[in-house]
Amino acid sequence: MELTSHNLKSNAKDALGNEQLQKALGNVPKGFIDKRAKAAAALDEFEALRDKGREIKDHTLANLDLYLEAYEQKVIENGGHVHWAKTAEDARRIALEICQKHDAKTVTKGKSMITEEVELNEHLLENGIEPVETDLGEYIIQLRNEKPSHIIAPAIHLNQGQIEDDFRRVHTHLDEDRDMSEPETLLAEAREVLRKRYFEADIGFTGANFLVAETGSSVIVTNEGNGDLTQTLGKVHVVMASIEKVVPTLADCSQILRILARSATGQDMSVYTTFSTGPKREKDPDGPKEYHVILLDNGRSDMLGTEFEEMLRCIRCGACINHCPVYHSIGGHAYGSIYPGPMGSVLTPSLAGVDKAGTLPNASTFCGRCESVCPMRIPLPKMMRHWREKEFEQHLQPKAARYGLAFWAYLAKRPKLYRALVSFAMPALSVLGGTNKRISSLPLASGWTKHRELPAPEGRTFMQAWDQREALKQEAN
Amino acid sequence: MSETRQSVLSDIRNALVKKAPDDARAKAVAERLSGRPTGIIPKRGQLKQDARVELFAEMAKKVHSSVTRVSGYDEIPSCIGNYLREHNLPAELIMGTDRRLNKADWSLEKNLTIKKGPSDGKDLVGVSHAKSGIAETGTLLLASGSENPTTINFLADHHIVIISAKDIKGDMESAWGSLNKKDGQVVMPRAVNFVTGPSRSGDIEQKLLLGAHGPRALQIIIVG
Repeated sequence: MELTSHNLKSNAKDALGNEQLQKALGNVPKGFIDKRAKAAAALDEFEALRDKGREIKDHTLANLDLYLEAYEQKVIENGGHVHWAKTAEDARRIALEICQKHDAKTVTKGKSMITEEVELNEHLLENGIEPVETDLGEYIIQLRNEKPSHIIAPAIHLNQGQIEDDFRRVHTHLDEDRDMSEPETLLAEAREVLRKRYFEADIGFTGANFLVAETGSSVIVTNEGNGDLTQTLGKVHVVMASIEKVVPTLADCSQILRILARSATGQDMSVYTTFSTGPKREKDPDGPKEYHVILLDNGRSDMLGTEFEEMLRCIRCGACINHCPVYHSIGGHAYGSIYPGPMGSVLTPSLAGVDKAGTLPNASTFCGRCESVCPMRIPLPKMMRHWREKEFEQHLQPKAARYGLAFWAYLAKRPKLYRALVSFAMPALSVLGGTNKRISSLPLASGWTKHRELPAPEGRTFMQAWDQREALKQEAN
Repeated sequence: MSETRQSVLSDIRNALVKKAPDDARAKAVAERLSGRPTGIIPKRGQLKQDARVELFAEMAKKVHSSVTRVSGYDEIPSCIGNYLREHNLPAELIMGTDRRLNKADWSLEKNLTIKKGPSDGKDLVGVSHAKSGIAETGTLLLASGSENPTTINFLADHHIVIISAKDIKGDMESAWGSLNKKDGQVVMPRAVNFVTGPSRSGDIEQKLLLGAHGPRALQIIIVG
C-alpha cells in the first residue's frame, strides 16, 4: 500500500487552499448525514441491531480460524477455489497467476478496497493486463490516475465539470460538440463505454462485503449493478477479500445488512445485494466457469488479541468518514492512504506500521461523532488515542511536539510548580488580549493565531475559581 | 500455497487461544452453523399477508420501482404489452423458461416477439420471475438458473419482474426460507440477487441518478 501519510500536514494545507476540492467536499455532509439519521430513525430496531452486529462480529473474530476453515470447505464443495495470501504481494501474485492461466488481456473490476490495498491494478498493468474499473466513481478516478478519496464514494473530491473534462479527454471516439451539461449525460456515456468492456473482459474481479461460512458464498452490495455485470459476464470470477469479512450464517449476514446501507447511504437496502456461490452450474445458462476466492491477511491477524482487534468489526460503510469534521475539511487524499477518516486513522497504522502512518491518528478533534454513528460500535477515538501513545513511546513525533509534550507532562506531574507558572501566565495573557479579550498574535503559537484568534483568559485559573466557589459555599453554610 | 494457509491460520490461532480453549470454540462454531439462530426481526417485517403486500408495494415505490397488481397469470401478457406501448418500446422481450410465465397465453399479444435464454446485452426489455419478495424493504429475491437467467436482471434497460403475492415475505430471513433446503440448510443457487429498485449512482456530486449499469427502470407485477 503506497502511503504518503507522513505528508499529512502539508497535504492538509494544500487541501484547505484547493477551491475545487472545498466545493466538492461540501457534498459530503450534505449528501450523507441527514440521510443516515433519517434511515436510522425510521427503524425502531436500529440500535438493537447495532448491538447484534457487534455481537456477531465479536463472536466471529473469537473463532476466526474455525469460520475461515468452514467457509473454505463450503467454497470447495460448491466447485470454487480458495487461495490464501499472507501479504499483499501474495495476493497480487495469485491474482496474476489466475489471469495468466486464462491468458487474460482485459479484466473488469467491481469496486473493491482490498484490490486497492494490494495495488492490483498497477501489478496487472506491469504484466500487460488491462484492468477496467466499472464502478462509475472508480472509473472516473482511474481515468485521472488517482486513488479513491472515500471508501464508498471514490470520486467525491471531484466536481461535475472536472468529470466532463476527463470524459472529453478520454472518450475521443465521441462527437466533440456533444452536450454534457447534465450529470445524466455523463452517466449515460460511462454506461455505454463500459457496457462493451464487460463483454470483452476475460476475468471479473470483485471484493466482498461478507463471506458466509454456512454456505461458502461471497456477498457484494452495490447500487450501480456494475459488480454483478463484472462477476456474471467474465469467464472467471475472482473474489479478493480480507479474512475478517467472514460471518457465520445467512441469518447473521441478514442482521448486519440491515445496518450497513442505512449507515452508509441512508438507504434501507442497497439496490443490489448478491450472494455468489461457486461457478456456473450444469444447467445454468449464464455465470462464470470458474470461481476463485483470494483470502488476504495482510496484517489483520496481527491485530487479533490487541487493543486494535475491534477495528476488525468494520464493515466499510463509511459513516465515520461521512461524519468526520476533519475529513469534511481536508478530504480523503490528504490522509495519504486509501483508508481515510477515522477508520483509516486506526486501520492504516495497523496495516502499515505506526512509523509510516502514526501521524494519522493526530488528524482528529476527538469529537466522538465517528463512534456515535459506527454501526459496529467501534471505539474509534479510543483506538486513535492508543496509536498516539504508541507514536509517542516510539519517539516518532516531530521534536517540537515531543519536547512540548514532555515539558507539559513534567509540569502536570508537579501541581505546585504548574499552578505557580499558570498564575503568572494567566494575567499576562489577559493583558495581551486587550479590551476585546482576543489574542490575534502570539509568539510560538502562530500556527493557531494565523487562522483564528485565541480567546484571552479571564484572569483567574480554574483552581483559583474553584477555591473561591468552595469558599463561597462554605460561607453560605 | 498450503504453507501460506497454515501460516495465516496458525497466526490467528496463536492470537485467539489466549481467550478460550480450542475445543470450546469448536463447539460454539458447530452449534452456530447448525443452529443458525435468528436475530432481531423488525416489527414491520412481521405483518399479516395483506398488510405485507401493501408494505412491499409502498417500499418498492419509495426506491423508484413501479408496481402494478393483476389477479392472475393470464393477465401478464396484456399487462406487459401495455407497459411496452406506454414506454414506446419495441414489441420484443427476453425471458427464461420459468413455468409460471409459460402458463400465460402470450399469443394474445399478437405482435410480441419473445426470446428465451440469457441476455447478450442487446435486449431492451427483460422479464423475470422472482422467487420471493421482502416487504420490509421492497426487495425482490431472484435466483439464478435456466428459469431466470442472471444476465436478464442486469443487462435489460427495462426489467419487468413478476412476483406471486403469496411469495411476498415480511423479512429477509423468511425470504431465505423460500429457497430449497436440504437438512434444514438453504441450498444456494449460484447467484441470489436481492434487487431493491432500478440501478443508480451517486458518484457525480452525490446526485441521485437512475440507470447506472443495470436496468434504468424496474417494473414489478404482483400476481394475486
